[in-house]
Amino acid sequence: MSLLLEQLLNGLQLGLTLFLISAGLTLVFGIMNFLNLAHGSLYMLGAFLCATFLAKSQNFAAAVAGAVFVTMVAAFILERGVIRFFYHRSHLDQVIATFGLIIFFNEFVRFVWGPVSLFASVPPLLSGSVHVGGGATLPVYRIVLVCVGLTTAAAIWWTVARTRAGILVRAVASQPFVMPALGVDTNSLSTAVFVAGAGLAALAGALTAPLYSIEAGIGEPLLIKSFVVLVIGGLGSVLGAFVAALAVGVVDTVGRLLPGLVALPAAFGEAAIYVLMILVLYFRPQGLFGVRTSDG
Amino acid sequence: MARGIRLQRPAVLLILAVLLLLLPIVSNALGMSFLTVDFRRFLIFAIAAVSLDLILGYGGMVSFGHAAYFGLGAYTVGLAHVAIATQQWPAWVSEPLVTWCAGALVSALVALAVGAISLRTSGVYFIMITLAFAQLVYFIFVGLKNIGGDDGLRFVANRQLLGMIDLGNRMVFYYLVLAILGGVVLLCSRLTNSHFGMVVQGCRDNEPRMRALGYETYIYRLICFVVAGALAGFAGALFATHESFVSVSLMHWSRSGDFIIMVLLGGIGTLYGPVFGAIAYLWLESFLPEYSEHWMLFFGPFLILAILFAKQGVIGSLPPAPASAKQRHA
Repeated sequence: MSLLLEQLLNGLQLGLTLFLISAGLTLVFGIMNFLNLAHGSLYMLGAFLCATFLAKSQNFAAAVAGAVFVTMVAAFILERGVIRFFYHRSHLDQVIATFGLIIFFNEFVRFVWGPVSLFASVPPLLSGSVHVGGGATLPVYRIVLVCVGLTTAAAIWWTVARTRAGILVRAVASQPFVMPALGVDTNSLSTAVFVAGAGLAALAGALTAPLYSIEAGIGEPLLIKSFVVLVIGGLGSVLGAFVAALAVGVVDTVGRLLPGLVALPAAFGEAAIYVLMILVLYFRPQGLFGVRTSDG
Repeated sequence: MARGIRLQRPAVLLILAVLLLLLPIVSNALGMSFLTVDFRRFLIFAIAAVSLDLILGYGGMVSFGHAAYFGLGAYTVGLAHVAIATQQWPAWVSEPLVTWCAGALVSALVALAVGAISLRTSGVYFIMITLAFAQLVYFIFVGLKNIGGDDGLRFVANRQLLGMIDLGNRMVFYYLVLAILGGVVLLCSRLTNSHFGMVVQGCRDNEPRMRALGYETYIYRLICFVVAGALAGFAGALFATHESFVSVSLMHWSRSGDFIIMVLLGGIGTLYGPVFGAIAYLWLESFLPEYSEHWMLFFGPFLILAILFAKQGVIGSLPPAPASAKQRHA
């Protein structure tokens, strides 16, 4: 029972990390019809920068803020210099161009930080754990991550649903040809959304930096899980991404407990989220909250 | 057309074929017979790249999981050898023709399952789902510790084809792979020019119209997807016999990306273009690290520029053969 509680917390935390990553992916896709494989690289960049700034400043909050800021600057250059030329190209071209970016970024971090993995430590203030009923031990840091994740999710919802910028984002996503004619500067809006999405991915990377060893390619497994999230939730829907991310996070961590219970090889725990994806696809090919037709 | 000495596609194909035919002889004469083994590997990957072109170029299905089928074919051969070594299976199973066909069959079955689900969607969803399924297969093999897990699986491959052709001989195995590659290109070209191929291309260009014409587009696309998966599995099986070693890195998702790069750099929708692409890409991959450890720092941007400015690839940017009189009046 206590193990289940601990895994639920881990699942919630993984789910919120996945949400931060897939929110950017889904917004960028919704507005620009662009599939960015290199989104995981922005997560990785956030983690590397956070570890570096933390080693320099010993101030975790400043390191996270610095990592997010620098990644957003990099994303701005990336969007203006590379990405925007692919908005009107086929998805195949987008996939290969952003695959080229992944190759570049993975080598770039090896070039700058060397082949050895980096580590970031949990800030001392948050490094303890709390004991709750049933003998479960919950690390404070994971609880904080869940709180930060929920706050950020609420902020994203508020921005998309309640602000003028959010109205524009939704309007352009649903009427990409009408909005420019009404005088909306979709160019700047695309850049802003891409940079904001990069900021969210970098935030996820920086916050989870103390949980993993930081090395080239760490963003990719999360990127692929985010794809599962988007398929389940329905592309272009932030709410769908939120619900699906939590479901995938919890199913993935709790699913790992199952093989132990029914004597299956551990590998089948990995399969849990894909089974979930298959089920959703079977009953709702457009995803739980999908509004678009299947070919977006 | 007859402007200067611009190479045309058939001429390039002929040059490619002659070079590949002469390669073992020339490399032996130069005392660089290792080239034969290197190129054998390139040609095996080329078979998988050609099969990907079938669904990518003709079917318009952007599958980001092709490495999984290649890897499944390879693991089928590896696992068969392990089962024979531990005397669970009779020895005749290790006959290369049997294991290769088994590899193709296993990949075809998995492609059938994956395709049946993925083809319910299209566009970006299809890309993400094929990638997710490939990742699932990858993780299952990483997790199966009893067959090597992360460390891979080493075995002694049976190289006696039909009990009379010795694949241990470099040249023999090379020419066999070359012949299979030629056969696969020919088969795919016949397939794409057949009624079936026309329907598949019709689905790529305008699926609703094909459906309105009464075609079960889902079935046509699924068959195309399964054929490509089976061919990739066959290539993977050849690879296992070639290498006597298989590991999960064959199925890593970036390998699927590599296959797409091979198709695009060589020329999408040309079938033999990917052969160029595979040879060029794998050759660069094995030789550039000698010059710079960080060659990928340049390769990534090169790829982006290539997609931006030369997306037809090497073969695609050459003029096709002048239309024959018959085609012109058709």
